[in-house]
Amino acid sequence: MRVIKHRGQIALAMVLSAALAAATACAGDGDKKGSDGGSGGKITLTVDDFGTFGYQDLYKQYEAQHPNIKISERNVPKLDDYLPRLQQWIAAGAGAGDVVAIEEGIMVKFKSQPDKFVDLKKYGAASLQSGFIPWKWQGGMSPDGSKLIGLGTDVGSMALCYRRDLFKKAGLPSDRDAVTKQWATWDDFINVGKKFSAGIGGGTKFIDSPETYYNTILMQEAGKGTNQTYFDQSNKFVMESNPAVKAAWDETVKMSQAGLANGVQFLSDPWSQALKNNAFATAPCPAWMLGLIKEFGGDGQSGKWDVAGVPGGGGSWGGSWLAVPTQSKHPKEAAELVKFLTSTQGQIGAFKAANNLPSSPQALNDPAVKAFTNPYFNDAPVGKIYGPAAVNLKPVYLGADNQEVRQAVEADIRAIAQGKLSPGSGWGKAVSDAKKASGTG
Amino acid sequence: MALDVRPAPPGARAAPPSRRRRWRSRLSRLDMSLSPYLYISPFYLLFLVFGLFPLGYTFWVSLNHWEIIGGHEFIGLRNYERLLTDDQFWNAVGNTFAIFLIATIPQLVLALLLANALNRKMRAPTLFRMGVLLPLVTSVAAVAIVFTQIFGRDYGMANWFLHFFGVHSVDWQANKWSSWLAIATMVDWRWTGYNALIFLAGMQAIPRSLYEAAAIDGASRMKQFWRITVPLLRPTIVFVTIISTIGGLQLFTEPLLFNNGYMNGGSLRQSQTVAMYMFENAFQRFQYGYGSAVAWMLFLLILVFSLFNFLIIRRLAGGEK
Repeated sequence: MRVIKHRGQIALAMVLSAALAAATACAGDGDKKGSDGGSGGKITLTVDDFGTFGYQDLYKQYEAQHPNIKISERNVPKLDDYLPRLQQWIAAGAGAGDVVAIEEGIMVKFKSQPDKFVDLKKYGAASLQSGFIPWKWQGGMSPDGSKLIGLGTDVGSMALCYRRDLFKKAGLPSDRDAVTKQWATWDDFINVGKKFSAGIGGGTKFIDSPETYYNTILMQEAGKGTNQTYFDQSNKFVMESNPAVKAAWDETVKMSQAGLANGVQFLSDPWSQALKNNAFATAPCPAWMLGLIKEFGGDGQSGKWDVAGVPGGGGSWGGSWLAVPTQSKHPKEAAELVKFLTSTQGQIGAFKAANNLPSSPQALNDPAVKAFTNPYFNDAPVGKIYGPAAVNLKPVYLGADNQEVRQAVEADIRAIAQGKLSPGSGWGKAVSDAKKASGTG
Repeated sequence: MALDVRPAPPGARAAPPSRRRRWRSRLSRLDMSLSPYLYISPFYLLFLVFGLFPLGYTFWVSLNHWEIIGGHEFIGLRNYERLLTDDQFWNAVGNTFAIFLIATIPQLVLALLLANALNRKMRAPTLFRMGVLLPLVTSVAAVAIVFTQIFGRDYGMANWFLHFFGVHSVDWQANKWSSWLAIATMVDWRWTGYNALIFLAGMQAIPRSLYEAAAIDGASRMKQFWRITVPLLRPTIVFVTIISTIGGLQLFTEPLLFNNGYMNGGSLRQSQTVAMYMFENAFQRFQYGYGSAVAWMLFLLILVFSLFNFLIIRRLAGGEK
């Protein structure tokens, strides 16, 4: 019988490896203890959101008032990335945070599963109805009106941001009232753009890309008449028959044919590079956009931007609700947090931090909001610019597959701007892509 | 009654084997025949659970209409029928094959030449040989992000370099050929060194005496390379080609990050690969049945194409046998 050499050393090595493996396996469970409130009674609430909600200071305030609660935020910058994650967590029944943000474009999709969300009325939210613009309150109710799924955070009433310094350089008026007067309609906007391009020199373009403006124009057109975009109230696909969509499409194509676009895709890496490098001079500005421009533009551009009225007047883009999934282990604490963040004071705080326009009439009328000026945007009186329109906003119905269809149509507009798709055949392709994206094709 | 006086056969004198000894010898024979299977079984058990079972289950899912909410419904091969007429799928197949060809053919030729160069006598050979392996050690995502910045339209190094030659502001993501080229560059940067080392290992098995004999007969270096090295490297070339095929047709991370994380691979799906299309269907549109059908089609395509490559290379690289 052959003797295995170094038997002792081999045995020692095996024992050590086994011990290491066992230690690694045990180590993974350590970080779960905090969220169960088991040790020391501390509860960690996870908040899932996207973009810039401006809640950082509010979290600190809440934690100071409630020493047993710790708040952990999971932020995803782009809504396009946020949606599939939230869909999966809600459908699977695990993985979602205790508080989730739901944007207007995806609200219908999640409202259609009311059993997955806690009824906030059970936690005393029913008395808060007067604290919200009526359509915002209604928007948070389940389709049959029995459950309150979400409390409103912000509304996205529309303005248009521009670079004062670049306008001056191109020989255009740069005062915000004068600028607003120049572009009463989108055709006027295109003409201003042409003047800008002629006067500016260098590689600076007037707009980032046409598809960013497409959604703005679409929401305006929809708000004027039909109050719906790609789907009607019964979720039937109506893109071809809705004149609002075709009108927005045509206007956007005009914009891209006029050569006004830089071509960077909204919120992509090249977009933030272009923003920092003065590559485009305007951006459609629903209230929440100001926070984004400040975050991606950095300190170098503080004071160079300004806010003017939007061509076409009115319109809205965005605005969200906060909801509590039933899978949360701490629904009561989560509901309390939601009530705090969407309270009048909470909304004022978010407005000051990230310029998200409150959906609470009390907050909108608060002197702090009305008189608020944003230093990054040349001390524009954003409270006065955005506030009045908010109460009169009429909500546009966005179908359950709105986000997917939007992505498909905007990709085709991008292709036209890149010169890869002819405008003539573009509309037909957009309709068929939209059908495929929503599962009707 | 005769007495048997023949000498006893050898070994008959030994005592008959006890029961314990018989059991031991059976155990030892069992050990000889079964041990090889037991030693390789951990791998195969893991493969069964994490490889073979998912393969079969995916096929089962592909035979159903299966969405994220609600149950599933058996529909047979209808997903595959839909796949055959889906122009988005065939666009992805075309992109995948094009990127694969643009990336792999120059890469393998380059790797061969690189290995040939590394095979010569030089100072610090290990340093150079380890050096070509460095790109492999980097993270795929990091490489993709950096190269995407290099291929940026306005601020990228590639366009800066090209403008000296009169080519201005190429929008790399917007055109098919440019996006394929950019992605192929990322892949080549990563894998050329690795393939070069595999070729080098194969080359070092070729006896020097062949080269010496050829040199005496007056063959040039080039001739030696094509007439001796390449034919004798045939098994290595076949191996490298099959591995590259399998990896190349599954390309996912590089095209995804090249398109800023958008699964549609560009405004007109210019660089969407089959793996990205599968992911889009299964995890963004939440059509699990259709996504599984795409995954199985990819599997079949890889099988067929690998076989095809194997036969071609065997033909091409075959010298005198």
